[in-house]
Amino acid sequence: MITCKLKKELWSTSGKMNLDVEIEIQNGKLLTIYGKSGAGKTTILRVLAGLFTADDGKIEVDDSCWYDSSRNIDLEPQERQVGFVSQEYALFPNMTVQGNLSFALLKNQDKKVVEDLIEMMELGDLRNRKPSDLSGGQKQRVAIARALVQKPRLLLMDEPFSALDREIRNRLQQHVLAVHKEFGLTTIHVSHEAGEVLKMADEVLILDAGKVVNRGTPESIFSHGGSGFNITGEVVQIDASGKNLTVLVGTDLIKISSEDSDYKVGDKVVLSTDKFEIVKK
Amino acid sequence: MIDWGPLYLTFELAFVTTICLLVISIPLAFWLSESKSRLKPVIETLVSMPLVLPPTVLGFYLLVAFSPSNAFGEWLDNWIGLRLVFSFEGLVFASIIYSLPFMVHPIQSGLAGIDVSLREASYVLGKSKSRTLFKVLLPNIRPSLLTGIVLAFAHTIGEFGVVLMIGGNIPGTTRVASIAIYDEVESLNYGVANAYSLTLFALTFGILLFVYLVNGGYLNKFWK
Repeated sequence: MITCKLKKELWSTSGKMNLDVEIEIQNGKLLTIYGKSGAGKTTILRVLAGLFTADDGKIEVDDSCWYDSSRNIDLEPQERQVGFVSQEYALFPNMTVQGNLSFALLKNQDKKVVEDLIEMMELGDLRNRKPSDLSGGQKQRVAIARALVQKPRLLLMDEPFSALDREIRNRLQQHVLAVHKEFGLTTIHVSHEAGEVLKMADEVLILDAGKVVNRGTPESIFSHGGSGFNITGEVVQIDASGKNLTVLVGTDLIKISSEDSDYKVGDKVVLSTDKFEIVKK
Repeated sequence: MIDWGPLYLTFELAFVTTICLLVISIPLAFWLSESKSRLKPVIETLVSMPLVLPPTVLGFYLLVAFSPSNAFGEWLDNWIGLRLVFSFEGLVFASIIYSLPFMVHPIQSGLAGIDVSLREASYVLGKSKSRTLFKVLLPNIRPSLLTGIVLAFAHTIGEFGVVLMIGGNIPGTTRVASIAIYDEVESLNYGVANAYSLTLFALTFGILLFVYLVNGGYLNKFWK
């Protein structure tokens, strides 16, 4: 089990913000930190990885202590056994795909894990390529594979899919879920996409302006009670009357007409209904 | 007959100095690119001083410091057996200080230009700072390394003031080409001075051209 209490004063674009969070995660679970940009999500991951020091707090992983401000303990990133997948991939440009994975090997570690990961993440055809010759999705697969080579005690992923298009994102989410189970990983994942949270998380923690405002299972957080259905989407087109909207839900466009006309393109909307009709295709 | 000794000595000095500078400058530039220490601006200033200080000033203080008639020079002479005035070792030492910014600056700015996420990724993978430096950072700043090596080499070839102050004009030991040229002109041997000068001119032109060709990617087609 990983417990972490952190306090840190941050300067964001909107001024000063106090990050003050408590996080608990059971071994083998996938926790998602969900929130707007600037809520402090990335900072939490960087503090956990040892790349950034908090002002005050404690991080305990099973029986070892990674950080304790009261006892002046602050392990270096090298000593923490975490895997970190950042938004910008951070692949080493001078090494091939295989080189990137092999670099991650621990001393005396069996090299077979590199082969396993190349197979698992479908990197076989790319193994001799340099990162500059890879697409965004391919780079991200390499970055995830590299973070897994050491079988870390804690896998941290900072919006790993945000720069990818929808189809590749869906496939990668499946990949990550598969390796998370296969390796029995404990994972903390940052996201600002509700769909991703529902698909991946065992537990979700909603962060707003540095504070945890809600936590629970994704189903309990994102469904709003009652027996109706709610679907979230984004308005992408409005006709001249202003009442006929086209809403993007997942990869589908849904045409819908509305009573009032104060929508604009880009609005997030919830489509709700009491009952769907269901027929076989 | 022209004595090629001074030219040979010049290139020997430049070669030894460049090797020493490479060994010193890589860790120094890495520290400067990463450090948040309060000492950093002071160190940066000291490294850059030879850019603006007249070489004779540097040479003068080195001469005073290393003279065996002074405490420090005497200590060096008695305990380590190292005499740095009017000797080749002295020239190497002075040249290292004099050319330090030409090696440190390109490497430092190369390291500073690498996305910090690469460094962090390597640390998170449990790799030490030195392993990260040699396996991840340096291979990605090859053009900066080449620039540093060549500038330091070329700058050492061009030294005059420092070398004259601390080395004097001893044939075979401290009489490098730039001093030999001065000496020959004083003796009105314009022909010999011209031979030395032309050689230095052609070689330094060739070296710098090579750097621009490599760093500009003009030579890529030959080894791809």
